[in-house]
Amino acid sequence: MPSKPRSLWESITADAVPAGRLYGARATVELAGLARGSSFGPRLEELRGRSVLLAVKDPLRAALAMLELDGVAARMVLCPADLSPEHLPAIARAAAADACVADAESAAARLEGMRTAVDIEPRLLPHDAERLNSHTTEWVLLTSGTTGAPKLVQHDLSTLTDALAGARPGPEAVVWATFYDIRRYGGLQIFLRAVHLGSLVPADPAEAVPAFLERARAAGVTHISGTPSHWRKVLMSGAAATIAPRYVRLSGEIADQAVLDALRATYPQAMVAHAFASTEAGVAFEVRDGAAGFPASLVGASDSRVRLSVAGGTLHVRSGGNAHGYLGPDASAFPRSSDGAIDTGDLIEERAGRYHFLGRQGGVINVGGLKVYPEEIEAVINAHPWVRMSLVRARRNPITGAVVVADVVLAEESPGATRPASEELTRELLSNCRQSLAAYKVPTMIRVVQGLDVSPSGKLVRPNA
Amino acid sequence: MSVRSTVQSQFEQVATEQGRKLAPLGEDLKLIDCGLDSLSFAIIVARLEDSLGVDPFSSETAVDFPVTFGDFVRLYESVAK
Repeated sequence: MPSKPRSLWESITADAVPAGRLYGARATVELAGLARGSSFGPRLEELRGRSVLLAVKDPLRAALAMLELDGVAARMVLCPADLSPEHLPAIARAAAADACVADAESAAARLEGMRTAVDIEPRLLPHDAERLNSHTTEWVLLTSGTTGAPKLVQHDLSTLTDALAGARPGPEAVVWATFYDIRRYGGLQIFLRAVHLGSLVPADPAEAVPAFLERARAAGVTHISGTPSHWRKVLMSGAAATIAPRYVRLSGEIADQAVLDALRATYPQAMVAHAFASTEAGVAFEVRDGAAGFPASLVGASDSRVRLSVAGGTLHVRSGGNAHGYLGPDASAFPRSSDGAIDTGDLIEERAGRYHFLGRQGGVINVGGLKVYPEEIEAVINAHPWVRMSLVRARRNPITGAVVVADVVLAEESPGATRPASEELTRELLSNCRQSLAAYKVPTMIRVVQGLDVSPSGKLVRPNA
Repeated sequence: MSVRSTVQSQFEQVATEQGRKLAPLGEDLKLIDCGLDSLSFAIIVARLEDSLGVDPFSSETAVDFPVTFGDFVRLYESVAK
C-alpha cells in the first residue's frame, strides 16, 4: 500500500527540529515553536477537511497558515494581498470554499456559503495536540485570466516541491528573503525552500525597498529573490549595498543582460541566477552562467527532472512540477498539449546556441510582472465615437520589461460631423483610459495611424512580441 | 532644450499624469524619494527615448543604474548626441 504523502510540517521536521524563523514586518516566529504551539489555537480543528480560502493580507500570518493547514484542509486557496475583493465570490464558488482564514476587514468572511471564518495570530498559542496529517491538501494558486478574473491553478505539496528534490539543510544557515508575495507561485517556491532549509524574510506589501533590505540584513539574509523589475528598483534605491547575499535570483520576467551585469557588479560575492517558472508549468530551469537566455542544450535533454521542448515557437515544459489543471469554469482552457507537456505561451528563439525569450504568445503584455490583455484596453479606446479601431501592443522597456502603447485609427468625417484635432482626441482617449483602467494598463503613448493590418479571416494582425 | 531640462520636464509631466507629488528635483535628490513609482520611471524612459533618441539602460555597454536625479541626468547626457 502506498504510504500517505508527507504533510509540509512532516516534511520540514523529517530529519530534525527546524532551526529557522519567519521574519514578519512586525513579529518573528520560530518554526520550532510550531511543534508545541499553533497560530490557530484550538480552532485549527474547525478547518480539517474543509475547502479554505486563505485571505489574510499579512505575509507572516499567511506563512503560518500554510504550514499548519497542509495535511489538515482538503483544499487551500491562496489569495495574494493585492487580490481585488470583487473576484472573491467567483473564486469561492469555483473552489466550493466553506471556510476562510481572513483579516477582520476581509470580504471573504462575509461570502455566501462561508460556514467558518477564522482570524489568525501572528504568534503561537499553546497547543498540545499532535499534528495529524489526515488530508492530501490541494493547493490552489491564482493567476490572472483573460477578462482580469483569476484562474485557479491546482497543485499539491508534491508538485510544488518537485524542484526542491529532497534538499536538506546544509551546515551553513540559509536565510531567504523575497520581494514576491509568497502566495503567488514565485514567492511560494521561495517560502517552501526557506522553511525546508532555513529562515524566510517575506516583503510586506506596504514596505519600501530600503526598509525591506534593512530587515533582510538584520535577519542575516543569504539568499534573495525578485523579478528583474524588483531588482532594478533595488539598484536605483541607493540601498542595494545594505545586503551582501551569497545568492541573488531573478524570475517572473525576462532577465536582460543589463540587469544581470548590474547585479553581478553590485554583489560580486554572490551567485546571480535567473530562473524560469510559471504557475501552470512549475519551475523549469535555473541559469547560473550570468548570461541572458538559456543554453539550447537544455531543450530535449532527457537526463533531467524536467523535459523542455519547443513547439509552435513556444516553450513547453513537462515535469513533476506541472500543475494538475484549472479548477472551475476555466478547466478546459488548461494549456496541456497533446504530448502531456504544459505550453507556457512564452515565445522563444534560438540565437548562437542559446534560447532567448521574445514575449508572450497571444499578445499578453507583462508590465513589471503584471499581465495586461490588449483587448481590455482596446475595448476602452474603441468606446470613443471617433475611434474606428485600435491596436494595443507592448513596447520594450528597461524598467518594467514592457509598457503599453496604442495605435488608433480614427473614423471618417461625414458632412454633418467635423472631427476634432488628433491631439485633442488622444488626450480624451488617455483620460478615458485613466478613468477606467489601472495605471499600468493605461497606454504610455497613443498614436493616430492611417490603418491597421487585418488578416484574411478579419482579425487584427497582432505583433507576436 | 538641454538634456537636463528635457529630463526635468518629463519628470514633471509624468508626475502630473500619474497623480504623484514630485519632490523638488535637486542634484542629490534620491530617485527613491522623488515621489515616482516604477511605472512612472518606465514612462519617463520611454518618452525620453522618443525625444532624445537614446535609451541608456538598454545600451550594449554596462550601465551604472542611477541613484540620484543628478546621476539620472548625467546618464542621459553621457549618451545623448
